[in-house]
Amino acid sequence: MTYLVIPLVKIVVILLVLILGAAYLTFFERKILAYIQIRLGPNRVGPKGWLQAIADALKLFVKEDLTPARSEKFVFLLAPVLIIVPALLVFAVIPFGPSDIWRLTDINVALLFVLGVSSVGIYGIILGGWSSNNKYSLMGGLRSAAQLISYEVPMGFAVVTVVVMAGSLSLVRIVEVQRELGVWFFLPGIVALFVYFVCGVAETNRNPFDLPEAESELVGGFHTEYSGMKWAFFFLGEYANMIVISAMATVLFFGGWLPPFPNLLAPLWALPAVAWVPPPFWFLLKVAAFIFLYMWFRGTFPRYRFDQLMRLGWKVLLPVSLANLMVVALGVLILGGRS
Amino acid sequence: MLDWLVAHVVPIVFYTAAVLVVAGAIGVIWFRNPIHAALSLLATFLAVAGLFVLQHAEFIAAVQIVVYAGGVMVLFLFVMMLVNVRTLPREYQYVRSLLPAAVVTGGFLAAVVAAGLFARSYLAAADPAALTAVEGQTMGNTEAVGWVLYRDFLLPFEVVSLVLLVAMLGAIVMGRKDRREEDAGEEAR
Repeated sequence: MTYLVIPLVKIVVILLVLILGAAYLTFFERKILAYIQIRLGPNRVGPKGWLQAIADALKLFVKEDLTPARSEKFVFLLAPVLIIVPALLVFAVIPFGPSDIWRLTDINVALLFVLGVSSVGIYGIILGGWSSNNKYSLMGGLRSAAQLISYEVPMGFAVVTVVVMAGSLSLVRIVEVQRELGVWFFLPGIVALFVYFVCGVAETNRNPFDLPEAESELVGGFHTEYSGMKWAFFFLGEYANMIVISAMATVLFFGGWLPPFPNLLAPLWALPAVAWVPPPFWFLLKVAAFIFLYMWFRGTFPRYRFDQLMRLGWKVLLPVSLANLMVVALGVLILGGRS
Repeated sequence: MLDWLVAHVVPIVFYTAAVLVVAGAIGVIWFRNPIHAALSLLATFLAVAGLFVLQHAEFIAAVQIVVYAGGVMVLFLFVMMLVNVRTLPREYQYVRSLLPAAVVTGGFLAAVVAAGLFARSYLAAADPAALTAVEGQTMGNTEAVGWVLYRDFLLPFEVVSLVLLVAMLGAIVMGRKDRREEDAGEEAR
């Protein structure tokens, strides 16, 4: 029985933390944006506004759920599910810590699994946009399709760069290699990290690449016609995808669950005063830093125009990531002992 | 009940995926709405990836999802939405040649299935352990694919990529607007 119960408990914990985390990310985002723009942000619900996320969730639960009259009912219902399921499924392979208790599975093609599953998430946006029978939604869906396809290619090359350096597709192994080499991959792979994160921001439809839901031109983009819980699913999916991109950046480039300078400061991390800190703490800290970067972007950059977006993807990021891959592969060939 | 499920997880997954593959394939030709047909094809692609996983071909399964489900089908949907065809008109043009075509395809499929079922030597060659062993070393599925592609079959692989490149260039040349025609249009305006 234990082989069923323990994973089930882990799944429930991960889901709860994710959903609660996504809800509170909206609160933190509003607060951070407010401070960037020198205002206070939400501070009325609960002490210092801390219950705002709960209030928002309750509002979405009781809101009327509208379906447009001439929409494709089944596809309209399917789209929010298609966006949330892949976003949550990725966490099946993400390692939060070194031992088995801190992760659900460790499969030898975990990286491919992540790429494959997250490439399916795009259907939620496209189908949601199409089934609404609304011009704005359709335009949002179309833009999203073009954008995600374009940015998936350089992102793949950035990820392959890490695979070349680590010599493995297992996320656990990738972190282990970073510990053994004594260097996190963001140093030799700084270009890959840049390409990966820019593509990640584009894949999650966030500023400055939020064209699929550009409110100044498309009302609400692909989710114009959605309301209530279905809309909340899109929202949850977007934030879960942000966490996925940040978690993958942490694993691939920033040593996953490793504390800072794991080898140099090894005596420090062995001290009883800090040894009790569980590895997921470091993991979540790094993930939080990336998510903060996301929100910082939103407070800083204006939105790209669509042709600029396409030019950046195909004419800048793609050649840069390809050249970087060749340079890194050459470096591994010269320096590395692996055949 | 639970133990039975755990013990029979492979056949359960296989039959679920197999039913999905066939149902999706039927759906592709059944639905009159092209988007629904495309979604059925998507279900087939995903279920086929599941079958690959059961065969311990994890790399092929992932590529199946990334390339077909994540790339090709998205482009299909993209084009369909741009054209925005709600239902296809009924075509009777090819009905007469339908029956012979069905017989030929069905016969060919039956031959392939029969070959797979009865040729013992073929089954022996498909032993996963034998496939992932290169020079006596057992390795992961992905590494084995890499070895085979980039060492044993390097030349055919490069030729195929060249052919693909030519096809892509051809598509670009055909899709590009004629510059002179465009200029003439500008002047006329």
